[in-house]
Amino acid sequence: ISGVFWSFLNGRCVIFLAYLNIVCLCSASQMQTVTLIPGDGIGPEISVAVMKIFEAAKAPIQWEERNVTAIKGPGGKWMIPPDAKESMDKNKIGLKGPLKTPIAAGHPSMNLLLRKTFDLYANVRPCVSIEGYKTPYTDVNLVTIRENTEGEYSGIEHVIVDGVVQSIKLITEQASQRIAEYAFEYARNNQRASVTAVHKANIMRMSDGLFLRKCREAAEKHRDVKFTEMYLDTVCLNMVQDPTQFDVLVMPNLYGDILSDLCAGLIGGLGVTPSGNIGANGVAIFESVHGTAPDIAGKDMANPTALLLSAVMMLRHMGLHGHAKKIEAACFDTIRDEKVRTQDLGGNSKCSEFTDAICQRVRDMD
Amino acid sequence: AQDLQLQLHYCPPPAKYGGRHTVTLIPGDGIGPELLNHVREVFRFSCVPVDFEVVHVNSALETEEDINNAITAIRRNGVALKGNIETKHTMPPSVKSRNNLLRTSLDLYANVMHCQSLPGVQTRHQNIDIMIIRENTEGEYSSLEHENVPGVVESLKIITRNNSLRIAEYAFRLAREKGRRRVTAVHKANIMKLGDGLFLQCCREVASGYPDITFDSMIVDNTTMQLVSKPQQFDVMVMPNLYGNVVSNVCAGLVGGPGLVPGANYGRDYAVFETATRNTGKSIADKNIANPTAMLLAGCMMLDHLKLHDHASSIRNAIFTTMNENRLHTADIGGQGTTSEVVQSVMRIIQSKGQLTAEF
Repeated sequence: ISGVFWSFLNGRCVIFLAYLNIVCLCSASQMQTVTLIPGDGIGPEISVAVMKIFEAAKAPIQWEERNVTAIKGPGGKWMIPPDAKESMDKNKIGLKGPLKTPIAAGHPSMNLLLRKTFDLYANVRPCVSIEGYKTPYTDVNLVTIRENTEGEYSGIEHVIVDGVVQSIKLITEQASQRIAEYAFEYARNNQRASVTAVHKANIMRMSDGLFLRKCREAAEKHRDVKFTEMYLDTVCLNMVQDPTQFDVLVMPNLYGDILSDLCAGLIGGLGVTPSGNIGANGVAIFESVHGTAPDIAGKDMANPTALLLSAVMMLRHMGLHGHAKKIEAACFDTIRDEKVRTQDLGGNSKCSEFTDAICQRVRDMD
Repeated sequence: AQDLQLQLHYCPPPAKYGGRHTVTLIPGDGIGPELLNHVREVFRFSCVPVDFEVVHVNSALETEEDINNAITAIRRNGVALKGNIETKHTMPPSVKSRNNLLRTSLDLYANVMHCQSLPGVQTRHQNIDIMIIRENTEGEYSSLEHENVPGVVESLKIITRNNSLRIAEYAFRLAREKGRRRVTAVHKANIMKLGDGLFLQCCREVASGYPDITFDSMIVDNTTMQLVSKPQQFDVMVMPNLYGNVVSNVCAGLVGGPGLVPGANYGRDYAVFETATRNTGKSIADKNIANPTAMLLAGCMMLDHLKLHDHASSIRNAIFTTMNENRLHTADIGGQGTTSEVVQSVMRIIQSKGQLTAEF
């Protein structure tokens, strides 16, 4: 009997081991590869911090590091290195640190190149007040969605006669429709109640008028989300008095640039603001929008919060809400705790200490 | 810039008809009519030697007859006080903003706004004292748009050397006159290299002629970020039209809202006074809850312009006493007073302090 029992047990062990193997295979196939662009200045160190925290959280992310320095392609056109492009096209999701914009290097800014290469048409910036970092504004919880390809930044300028310059602001039906649709989809997918179109159609009757029309059309197709429209100046006026009245804001390029930075200022600046760029064909690049801070590069003084929160945004975009929540909570708890904070947040800890504190919290959560 | 006839110390049209001035009054829409009625009430009560010539502009009409009448009246009188005229979206795009038409026809090139923290008003930031000088005629507000290809609209932003020099000169002269130390130019020349680049260059040129005043520049998105975190760092700011719109509204919000700040539009020959943020306030019209402060202070700015300084000071003091000492506030700044209560209080203080309404 013991012999039969033993072989029975063995059999079960084999089945159990086989089961384990299948489970391992399943979780291994859940590993997603993300292109990581560390960037310049403090970029590499904050990227390392983010990778460490993700590892501690056991997030199923594999990183593929790539460099993006402009190279001249055939025909003399500036482009990003082909291996970077290939990696992004394959992985579809990217995380980017700050890139320096060299003056008089002859080539356009890297951010512009990336935008053109992957047709990153929507810049999304969620601005949520950080509990541990006090600003005069509490309870900010809004998202700015900015059209990122045309508008005032089309770069088309001419000198008509000596002393008269004309800059062209381009608004197209296609781009306006695309951004409006995206705004409503985003609102729906993220359980946001309302979308506000920001415009200046009283002055720029045709251009902002077209933008507004497209937003109205998209609103018709998404009746479950409330739609309002507001003049840019009214938004600015109300934003600094009571930012809680805003939810999702959608707008053309220039207004988006100004408003998204205004909202970043409300929650504490670019050092703590995440940002994501959505492109055509499912490409999405999440980035920190602060500068490269060359004066503190390599000194272990940088604050990885912005890049970390952008990475959290990335996790949410990929559907990994559990991990996103864990890492975000750990980050906010660490800042709220006030014991370990980088210099820009008012403390005097090192970047590595801050990172380790977050890693510890993440591990403790399991 | 020798051919630019800049007269900061503009001489108002001489008072005729018994020492009384005639000022064009454009009621506008929304809260404009009721607030301007209050201004007239206060002026009448204080025996201000100003007669108002009322010109109505109907925003529902597509023709420009009304606004042209108003412009002619302002040319005649030289000075105006106005409410905001609504721009209806239901109209075709060829119907331009009436307010903009007024500003460009009269070449009111400088929009001046002074944002000051008021001790009686609760705000998140204190000790704000910023003067904003905004180019008022060109830039993004040139109203030049066309649709060459269906679905593709081009809007032209025009920046000219002459107008940029003019506004920069105005800003520096005003800064010197008011004893201000620093002028900051707000721009986006990293992106709009030619347009804003020209504006910045003109500001620098003018700055070189004023060595006693510090000049620096800041990109507009950074400016808004700085304004919501540390607005005390700004002194005088000069900028093109659209950024002026954004920055002036942000600053108005910082000191307490649209009901508190007056604005002035100056040209070489004309001056038009209104509230700084130019809101129609349709949702609060005729409810007796609008804040009359901005319009009353705009009236005081107009009186200063007409060199009627005593009247201006007396009304202004009464307004500030009501706001800061009596703490009689309307709903927009967190109080429960009505418009008429505030106006009554202002008139009471003028009566108690002034000799103008004393018994003979």
